Amino acid sequence: MDIMSNLALGFSIALSPYTLFLAVIGCFLGTMIGALPGLGPSNGVAILIPITFTLGLDATSALVLMTSVYYGAMYGGRISSILLNIPGDEPALMTTLDGYPMAKQGRAGDALVLSGVASFVGAFLATVGLLLLAPLLARVAYLFGPAEYFALYLLAFCTLGGVASNNQAKAAIASCIGLGIAMIGVDDNSGMPRLTGGNMHLADGIDFLVAIVGLFAIAEVFFFIEGHGRNSSIGVKLEKVVVPWRDIWLVKWTMLRASLVGFVAGILPGAGASLGSFLAYMSEKSIAGKEGGFGTGVAKGVAAPESGNNAAAGGALVPMLTLGVPGSGTTAVLLALLMTLNITPGPTLFTDRPEVVWGLIASLLIANVVLLLMNVPLVSFFVRILMVPAWILLPGVTMISFVGIYSLSGSYFDLLLMVAFGVLGYVLRKLDVPTVPVILGILLGGHMEDALRRAMVLSDGDFMYLFSSPIAIGFWIAAILGFVAPMFLRNVLAKPQRVTD
Amino acid sequence: MKSTMNKSILAGLLLSLGMVGNANAAECIAPANPGGGWDFTCRTIGKIMHDIGAVDKPIQVTNMAGAGGGLAFNHVVAERNDDADLIIAASSATSTRLAQNAYAGRVAADVRFVGAIGADPGVIVVAKDSPFQNLGEMLEAIKADPGSVAFAGGSAVGGFDHLKPLMLLQRVGFTDITKVKYIGVDGGADAITQTIGGFTQAMTGDMSEIVGFLKAGEIRVLAVLTEERVPGFDDIPTAKEQGFDVVAVNWRGLYVPKGISDDAFDSWADKLQQVADSAEWKEAMVANGLAPFTKVGGDFQSYIDGVVDEVRQLSKDIGVIQ
Repeated sequence: MDIMSNLALGFSIALSPYTLFLAVIGCFLGTMIGALPGLGPSNGVAILIPITFTLGLDATSALVLMTSVYYGAMYGGRISSILLNIPGDEPALMTTLDGYPMAKQGRAGDALVLSGVASFVGAFLATVGLLLLAPLLARVAYLFGPAEYFALYLLAFCTLGGVASNNQAKAAIASCIGLGIAMIGVDDNSGMPRLTGGNMHLADGIDFLVAIVGLFAIAEVFFFIEGHGRNSSIGVKLEKVVVPWRDIWLVKWTMLRASLVGFVAGILPGAGASLGSFLAYMSEKSIAGKEGGFGTGVAKGVAAPESGNNAAAGGALVPMLTLGVPGSGTTAVLLALLMTLNITPGPTLFTDRPEVVWGLIASLLIANVVLLLMNVPLVSFFVRILMVPAWILLPGVTMISFVGIYSLSGSYFDLLLMVAFGVLGYVLRKLDVPTVPVILGILLGGHMEDALRRAMVLSDGDFMYLFSSPIAIGFWIAAILGFVAPMFLRNVLAKPQRVTD
Repeated sequence: MKSTMNKSILAGLLLSLGMVGNANAAECIAPANPGGGWDFTCRTIGKIMHDIGAVDKPIQVTNMAGAGGGLAFNHVVAERNDDADLIIAASSATSTRLAQNAYAGRVAADVRFVGAIGADPGVIVVAKDSPFQNLGEMLEAIKADPGSVAFAGGSAVGGFDHLKPLMLLQRVGFTDITKVKYIGVDGGADAITQTIGGFTQAMTGDMSEIVGFLKAGEIRVLAVLTEERVPGFDDIPTAKEQGFDVVAVNWRGLYVPKGISDDAFDSWADKLQQVADSAEWKEAMVANGLAPFTKVGGDFQSYIDGVVDEVRQLSKDIGVIQ
């Protein structure tokens, strides 16, 4: 009953015509920001922070606007993943794997509606989880030290080889390239620069967005030029948009499981939405087995990463509110906003400032409903983007990406780097090496190395420290049983193992 | 329908262009991604300057992350040396890195430091169930067995958070400083989480990073590294009164390009002083755990010179630099 009265308090704050109006604006802007490659949720929110000051918004209104943008961007990232095979931001990376093939089969509308619903389910469950369990879940962060984080990233890494459905060796090579790229920058454990060539622009390593836009969007432009526009993969068939009820019903358990996985990944500080969507996709893929057809454009492959990353977005709010530890780049920006509004997140926020917390939760629920209502009818509008000829669409998207990337650091170096990634992406695709594991290698490699190095400092180099807790051991077992062992057993077993769904 | 779409793409484009900058308004560069201390400095000081009428247009904030502020520093020195409409957020991290020559040969004298208006006091923190009741006990334990206490902090190895416990240990004559365990994690809150979780025995950081945990009773602050006890936290003893003379505060301030006129410099110094005197800033300081620390103008330049020399010597002593 306590929760109901708190929630009532939240809605009484967040539910006014004015804040609803802000939510709609925020959701729309967020969706656009998420959909544009090069503009992710974190710089989207950062761009809009000054606007909240200029408009003179009070704390609650500012929060409503910003969280709508945040959730909106998480929804929006999928649009360019599905329609253009270019992830709008890094959590939407996994959605390209099945979303784009589905669109090529002429089911772009289905993929968009399905992923919209999956996003809603993920975000909704995560918000409910946040509201019921936040103070309790905050303790989870205390259980994760370097050894546990290392085992978690290792688990993710063990699955990388399986991302590409055709050739595991090539996927492994791609992830090693990503790992190598992740090594670039100042090493936190010695303060020494690595592989930077003395260039200060490389001291902080390479931004994922630069790599994503380069490997996907710029490489696509190169292919387009090469084929004189004929062989472009852009330009999928269109059909009438109807709500694919059957598919939605089919993926109900997938959405639930993916939401849970994503939520847990979101709660862990530092793991974030990308890991959430990745683990959600890979666990669904392994549950479905070979018959699942993941990677060919199946409904589950679209629903899983979207539920996963939206749930992770909600999960990331747990450590931000209860510990002041941002679980992702975007929550770091939201944290800054809270601080500027003179709200200090931490263990006492729930008791000290209930109106802020419950207002925020209520506004998350509002934003989520607004997004679902807005996204499903908008699908027919988004699908029409594909009617724009590729020779207009592609340069337009690329131009927006350039502006977006330039806004990251305000330096042209990132633009050159992005073009270099475009060349890399072109070469890799010519060699039929998948590019998704490259990004994941960059994304996860740095974190995994940090965790290992910290563990080694704490244990004086004793490797047994990595197996020192039940949680760490659990991840090791999952990694070995779930992903490494089947690779070797596959040759031993005559028949591929059947997994019932 | 097509024109609607073009409009939305245009809107997105304008949105992105909006942050690239507007030539008429003054600009504040935060040399880090949104969300950190420098970003806070730019946004808060910029907002208050506009609110109290010190500037007539809102100050544009540009985030230029890279090389721990080195990218922005280099950009200012090399490309905008005479831009009078430019301020850049700075803190102890800036002076520490200048002292350690981490900005590729650039030195503190390449820019002009306008002033600091508030400082985040350094703290040494343990979990509430830690055996250490005061700073002396912990330092003795490290002297007896350097491996028994691991520190977590929000800065990289050799950064300001790492230097704090090393300065303390230097005062008690412990010289084998490379034996002290330190892990650099993603920010102070993360460091404190690791400490409460028992993965590290102590956390070194800033007061603002621990306020929430302190109120929740999850931690014990062994010492605050200021001259005097911090108002509002009167029951936390200073290191100095426990017999360890270390003062380490993370000041928040601004620098400007070196090539601007003295008038322009004085004008920024005056605006910064107005912010320091405003009620809004005092409110923001309390909410963010900052202690009063106002040094504006020439006074501040000599303070910076002193700090840079001290940190350079210490970094040599501990082997962070040659």
